[in-house]
This record gives sequence, C-alpha cells and structure tokens, in this order.
Amino acid sequence: MISSKSVSGLNGHDFTRGVMPRVKSGRFYSYVLRGSAVLFSAVLVLFVWSIIQQSWPAWSHSGLSIITGTNWAPADSQFGALPLILATLITAGVALLFAVPIGIGTALTLNYIVPPRIASPLTVLVELLAAVPSVVYGLWGLNVLVPWMSTTIQPWLAGLTSGGWPFSGNAIGLGLVLASTVLSIMVLPTIVAISRDVIAAVPRDLIEGALSLGATRSQVLLKVVVPSAKIGLLGAVSLGAGRALGETVAVAMVIGSSPSMPHSLFSLGSTLASTIATQFIDSSPQQLAALGALAMILMFLTASVNAIARALVQRGVKG
Amino acid sequence: MTDLLAKLPPDPLLERRRVVQLMSQKTQRARSLRSGLFLSLLVSALMVAIIPLFFVCAALVQRGFKVLSWGFLTQVPQQPTLMQQDTIGGVGNAIIGSLVVDGVAALVAVPLGIILGLYLSETQSRPATALRSITEIMTGLPSILLGVFAYVYLVLNMHAFTGFAGAMALALLMTPVITKAAETALRNVPRTLTEAGLALGARQSKVSLKVVLPVAAPGIITGVLLALARAIGETAPLLLVMGASIQYEWNPLHPMSALPLMTFNYSSAAYDSQHAAAWGVAIVLVAIVLILNVMSRLVAAFMRRERH
Repeated sequence: MISSKSVSGLNGHDFTRGVMPRVKSGRFYSYVLRGSAVLFSAVLVLFVWSIIQQSWPAWSHSGLSIITGTNWAPADSQFGALPLILATLITAGVALLFAVPIGIGTALTLNYIVPPRIASPLTVLVELLAAVPSVVYGLWGLNVLVPWMSTTIQPWLAGLTSGGWPFSGNAIGLGLVLASTVLSIMVLPTIVAISRDVIAAVPRDLIEGALSLGATRSQVLLKVVVPSAKIGLLGAVSLGAGRALGETVAVAMVIGSSPSMPHSLFSLGSTLASTIATQFIDSSPQQLAALGALAMILMFLTASVNAIARALVQRGVKG
Repeated sequence: MTDLLAKLPPDPLLERRRVVQLMSQKTQRARSLRSGLFLSLLVSALMVAIIPLFFVCAALVQRGFKVLSWGFLTQVPQQPTLMQQDTIGGVGNAIIGSLVVDGVAALVAVPLGIILGLYLSETQSRPATALRSITEIMTGLPSILLGVFAYVYLVLNMHAFTGFAGAMALALLMTPVITKAAETALRNVPRTLTEAGLALGARQSKVSLKVVLPVAAPGIITGVLLALARAIGETAPLLLVMGASIQYEWNPLHPMSALPLMTFNYSSAAYDSQHAAAWGVAIVLVAIVLILNVMSRLVAAFMRRERH
C-alpha cells in the first residue's frame, strides 16, 4: 500500500493525490468540471441570498423585535417570533430526550450484542424508518396517535404531576407532546446510523484490553466504548437535532398550528418551519417578508448545528 | 530450598494478580447481573426503535388498501359534496405530477451531481474542500428553505406557481446527495485502473469517463435512487411553489399536483372520504419509496458480488 502522504514521483510531483501532473487532461473536460462546480457554488450563494432578500423588509421594518417579540399576529402586522422559536427548541429538545438514549442504545445493540446475521436485517428496518416520507408520519400522527395520546398518554402524564407544569392544560392530543413524539421517531434513524459509524470506529484493542482485564460486557460498553466515542456520539446527536429543528410537514400536521406562547407540553404551538409551511400561501407581502425572516432564523440555526455536528462526527470517526 | 523460597518476599506481580483475582471473584456475580440487566435494556431500546415502523405499516395497510383501486390510481380528483360525500375520484393527476416534477428534477440533479462528484474526487484544492463541506451542510438544511429559494427566484419572476419551480427545489435537494454518493464511489475505484489508463496515453477525461465512471456506476446508481426516493416524498418545498391542479397536467410550466401534496391537503380536508383517500395516496407514495430503496439495495448487493 502506498502511503498517500509523502510519495513523490518524478520531478517531485506527488502522483498519489489530485490531478496527475504532466498528463494531457483534456481542456474541455476540466472546464466542464470546474464550470459545474462554479455554477453550483453560485446557486448556493443565490440560495442564501434569496432568503436574506426575502426577509430584508421585515428586518428593516421591525429589527430584532422579530426575535424577541412574543406576539405573532399577521392580521395586526405583529411579527414576534419568540413563541415559534421556543416551540421549535422545545419540540426538538423533548424529541432528543427520547431519541438519544434509544438511538445510541440501538446502535450499541446492533454493533456489539446482536450477532451480525441478525443485526443486518434489523439495520435495514431502522433505515426504512428514515425512508418513510415525513408527510406519512404526519398523517399517522394525526389519525392514529392523536386519539391514543388524548385518551391514554396525556391523562397518564397529567397524573404524574397531578395536572401541574409541564403537563397542564387540556389533553386534546394535538400539540407539543405529539409533535415531539413524532419527531423523536423521525430523528431516530439519523442518530442510529451515525452512532453506528462512530462506535464502529472505536479501536478493537481498547475493547479487547478491557475484556481481558475481566470487565463485563456492560462495563466495556459504558466505560470504554461510549467514553471513547463521546465526541462522535455528540456529533450524531447534533445531526439529529438539526433534523428535528427543521422538520416541517409532519410537525405542521400534528402541532395544532397556534403561534401562542407555549405554557405547557400540552399546549398547541407552531414551529418556525411549520409556520412557513402553513402561512406562506395567501400571505400579504409584509407577512411573506416576516416568513422570510423565520426562514433566515431557521437557516442560521440549522446550518450552525449541522456545521458543528459534521466537525464532531469527523473527529469522532477519525478517532 | 523450600525454606529459601518461603523467606523471600512475595513476587509483587503475582501478589497483585492474586488481589485482582480475589476482587474480581467477589464482585463477579453482582457485575454479571448488572451487565445482564444493562444488555437487556439495550435490546429493549432496539425493540422500541423498530416498533413504530410496524405501527406505521399496519396503519398504512389497514387504511390505505381500503381506498386503493384502479379508478383511484387513474382518475382525477372530485370535490365531494354534502349529498355525495363518497365521490372523491382518484389521484391520477398527482401521480403524473410527481412523475413529471421528479423527472425534471432528476434531469438536472443527476448529471450535475455526477459531474460534481467527478470534480470533488479528482481535485484536492481548497475550493474543492470548501465545496465538499458546504454540500454536506446542505444535506442537513430543512427542505422548506429550498422552497423559499424557488419561490423568490422562480415563482416571483415567472409570475406563476409552476411544477418547474418545485422541480428545481427538489433538484437542489437531490444534488448534494448524488454528489456525495458519486464522490465516494469514484474514490473507491482502485487507483491502479486510472494509472494504467494514463500509462497507455489516454487523457484524464477519457480515463475518467471510460474507465473510472463505469466501475463506479453501481455506487452512483444507488445514490441516485436514494436521492429520488427522498425527493419523491418531499412535501415542504412543493407546498410553497407548486400551486395545485385537479387536471392531468403534463406541462411543468403550469401549476401541478404531487402525491405528497395530495396527502397533506387531504389529511386536513373536510370530508371523511378525503381523510381515507389521504391514506390511499400515502400507501402509493410509500410503495414507490420502498421500491426505490429495494432497488438501490439490490444494486449495492450486485456491486459487492462483482467486487469479490
């Protein structure tokens, strides 16, 4: 195997990486490649610009009160997005609360407990969860989970705190709890898939070393595998968070679309993404600008979460 | 001789090993019990993770098949009235719409994704690295943002809601997925093949197109199928830019309907028959997505067999 770093060929050219030097490369071909790369980059710049442009009137009109305002009432030209931001963060947070332990547990099970012959079909099943379109999850939540939530789960939750916070209010099924439930199912495959890669990258020697010292399997998993995969697992969780923050249609269908301040987990709500989806058509230009501002907040939120996640995962997989 | 051994201080290593063994024996039962408990907890996490899939499938089969019929797949929708609540027509227009929109999206995204994959796999400059990280971040962005993009540039400039705008949003969604798959597949092609081609005097372009690309083809096809499966179920961007049509509409420059849009609209419509129809559309959608996924798996398996 040639080391990819420092093998220099004739005349000091590095033959192992990049385009070969001194090779007739075909000018047309390289123009096409570079041209497409430039074109695609331009489209990406336009993409970011389009959202800034769409939201510009809103920022110049209301300034930062879009972020801090608590009243979202398009009919009165009130565009305070704080309730939407809060609902977005709450639903994503609660979803992760469930999806993270289950997801990492599933990844550990698939990698270390179940024999490979059974693990691979199970992995396919988990991946199929990711393939189901989000609108189908929304439909399922709306028609199957709503009655179950309102008659079984929500009364039980309310009983836990005897009707107090965070489970106060009417149990009508729709709302933040249901949105979180659907979201946790939807981000699970992402967390499982990335966690598996990260866990698989834990050096075999560490595990065998611990086993030879007499550690039990749970000790190996908890004290060796998870700590040494910590950074990558954090990346997997952040990727899941990015998905949860940006999920649109399924949330729009089950959250009850009410842009009021969330008081408890039973309240109806609206997230950033679900508000854009449900209000975009039939909006005044002023409201469209405000929705653009929501899109911009969402873009910054998810792009930064994703950038951090990618960096963490890369560090985790490289070890 | 034995006296001498007894008089010597004990070997520290052996002594240490003895202490460790003693300790390990004492805690053995408690530890293995705890281990067993923890492992069963992990296995139950796996069960919990898979259960929703069965519930979703059960609901789809139970509710979806009821409305499924030949007419449902081929007719155009009808608005039920108070007197005739069960006349919903079909979803033929949405099937055609999805076909056209995803076809146009693929027409843009597949060549672009493959070319970008070629670029990224053959170049190792700073712009290439930047482009790679940006496309990776793109895949994680909420798709509704692409809807806003298509709205600002296509809907506003063309003064109409069009299937084309939806297709472009989906193309932008698919391109990073295809690029990533193509780059990985192209990088996995053995370097020796490229070198052999170049040594024979072929140009880089010829080697890439005639040697490397065919070898990487299965991996690229897998990526394309997965990207298509993702695009066909995507609702959010279409919601903003497609408008709606209740006719058969083949022209992407007109407003169009699509399967996910139909599911979304029917789920909040007025009549029970429409709610039932939402499940019918959903099962068609899931069937298409499943077929694409299975196909991609078959291609991947085929590829693995070829290698070995």
